[in-house]
Amino acid sequence: MNVFSGLAALAKGMAVTFKEMLSPTIVENYPDGPGPLRGAMFQERYRGVHVLQRDENGLEKCVACFLCAAACPSNCIYIEAADNTAEHRISGAERYAQVYNIDYNRCIFCGYCVEACPTDAITHGHGFEVATLNASSLVYRKEQMLAPRPALQGQNAVFSISGEEQLKAEREHGGVGRWIE
Amino acid sequence: MLRLYVEEKMLSITTFVIVSVIKIVIALAVLLTAVAYTVWLERKLVGRIQNRWGPQRVGPFGLLQPLADGAKFIFKEDLTPPYVYKPLYIAAPILSLVLALTSISLVPIGNWVTVRGVRTPLEITDVNIGLLIILGITSLSVYGVALAGWSSNSKYSLLGSLRASAQMVSYEIALGVSLVGVLIMSGSLNLREIVDMQGGHMAGFIPRWNIFRGQIVAFFVYLAAAFAETNRVPFDLPEAETELVAGYHTEYSSMKFAMFFMAEYANMITAASIATLLFLGGWHGPLGGPWWLQAILPVFWFALKVFGFIFLYIWIRGTLPRFRYDQLMAFGWKFLFPIAVANVLVTSLIVALQK
Repeated sequence: MNVFSGLAALAKGMAVTFKEMLSPTIVENYPDGPGPLRGAMFQERYRGVHVLQRDENGLEKCVACFLCAAACPSNCIYIEAADNTAEHRISGAERYAQVYNIDYNRCIFCGYCVEACPTDAITHGHGFEVATLNASSLVYRKEQMLAPRPALQGQNAVFSISGEEQLKAEREHGGVGRWIE
Repeated sequence: MLRLYVEEKMLSITTFVIVSVIKIVIALAVLLTAVAYTVWLERKLVGRIQNRWGPQRVGPFGLLQPLADGAKFIFKEDLTPPYVYKPLYIAAPILSLVLALTSISLVPIGNWVTVRGVRTPLEITDVNIGLLIILGITSLSVYGVALAGWSSNSKYSLLGSLRASAQMVSYEIALGVSLVGVLIMSGSLNLREIVDMQGGHMAGFIPRWNIFRGQIVAFFVYLAAAFAETNRVPFDLPEAETELVAGYHTEYSSMKFAMFFMAEYANMITAASIATLLFLGGWHGPLGGPWWLQAILPVFWFALKVFGFIFLYIWIRGTLPRFRYDQLMAFGWKFLFPIAVANVLVTSLIVALQK
């Protein structure tokens, strides 16, 4: 009897593995998959390359308060502030970030900058293909991280639109969204 | 002693040599390709079992992966650790591979064929004690493992080879005895005659394969023993990577390492071939169609059955955990061996009563 229960257990295990053999993989088919993301799949909370958000009027949310730079444990955020004027208005508040660089050689994607930001200006996008052979190109400028302009006003550009919509919007409005390529 | 089935009246010695060389080249090429693609299949299937993709970057479906692996192995540094006993350290992988490749030369994959008036069996040589020779050669392969472990002068290797030699010697007995039932029924050690015995059908539709003629227990004993003989999961203690790094081939690199693996997979194919020949009716199967299809079909059936076994090997590897060492020994000696002996007794009784 011991033999038969053993064989039954064996058959059960074999059935499980056979079923798994025919079921789809859990591992993503990343570089060969369909769509602009090529099979990569993200949780919403994924912390990728940063996106600098705009407010509902299309103005930059960043007010150059330096809290993100202060919170950054690897000291990779560099900001130069400038004053808004009536003719040249970039953000809704008094100041704006004239230069906003993140050095991805150093960034550890910890998310402290996002937590520190009082205006929710800096967020993590889903960009992850940042590898390069030239380290100096890993210092991203503000223009590379800024959310695209008004076409998507009022929407959360990171979470609420699909990659295709994003690409289309970028093509139409010439925005630069580095989080999908 | 060895009666070679050379029909000397029809074949001159020159023709015999030429035909043999051609067959050796073909068999070697086919076997090594089969070995390479068994590795690919294993990686792919185990990958799917674990919900991974398996190799897919080199060529379509990763089909060129074996070539990439081979190229990588060749270009790896072939380093010899200090304090190894060099002659045996170098001889061990060669021995393993040579023995593994030799045993396949006695496996028939189909009937006699006649090409341009030259009649020849579809195997390298047809020997009347073929099975005995195969068993002898495959049991010699324990030397490759034992010598590799000993000459490496490393404790992991030594432990692996100790386990391997104990395991392979123990399971050799169950393996050999499990085949005796078939030998009693067919009354021959010639693989070709054993297969010929299994042609035709019983009760109209059941093939007269030995597995359907009362040797099913022997078949399962053979299967378990063959897994142990080829050091496959769940009997892969000699190369248990989680306990012994890699067992007897820990200290090997480059092509020497590859040779152990080629030997292991070639042994798998040999074991699968023997199971096919002895229990599953060899190349017998439904025939039909035009003459060229009828010529190819037996080989196809044989290959299909061998493939089934390879698939089973891989499937089991994806399913079962490794035995503990005492469990392994208890299973071999206290379970498989008595069952195999009982099978021999029952089979011989039935055969005697039938006469």
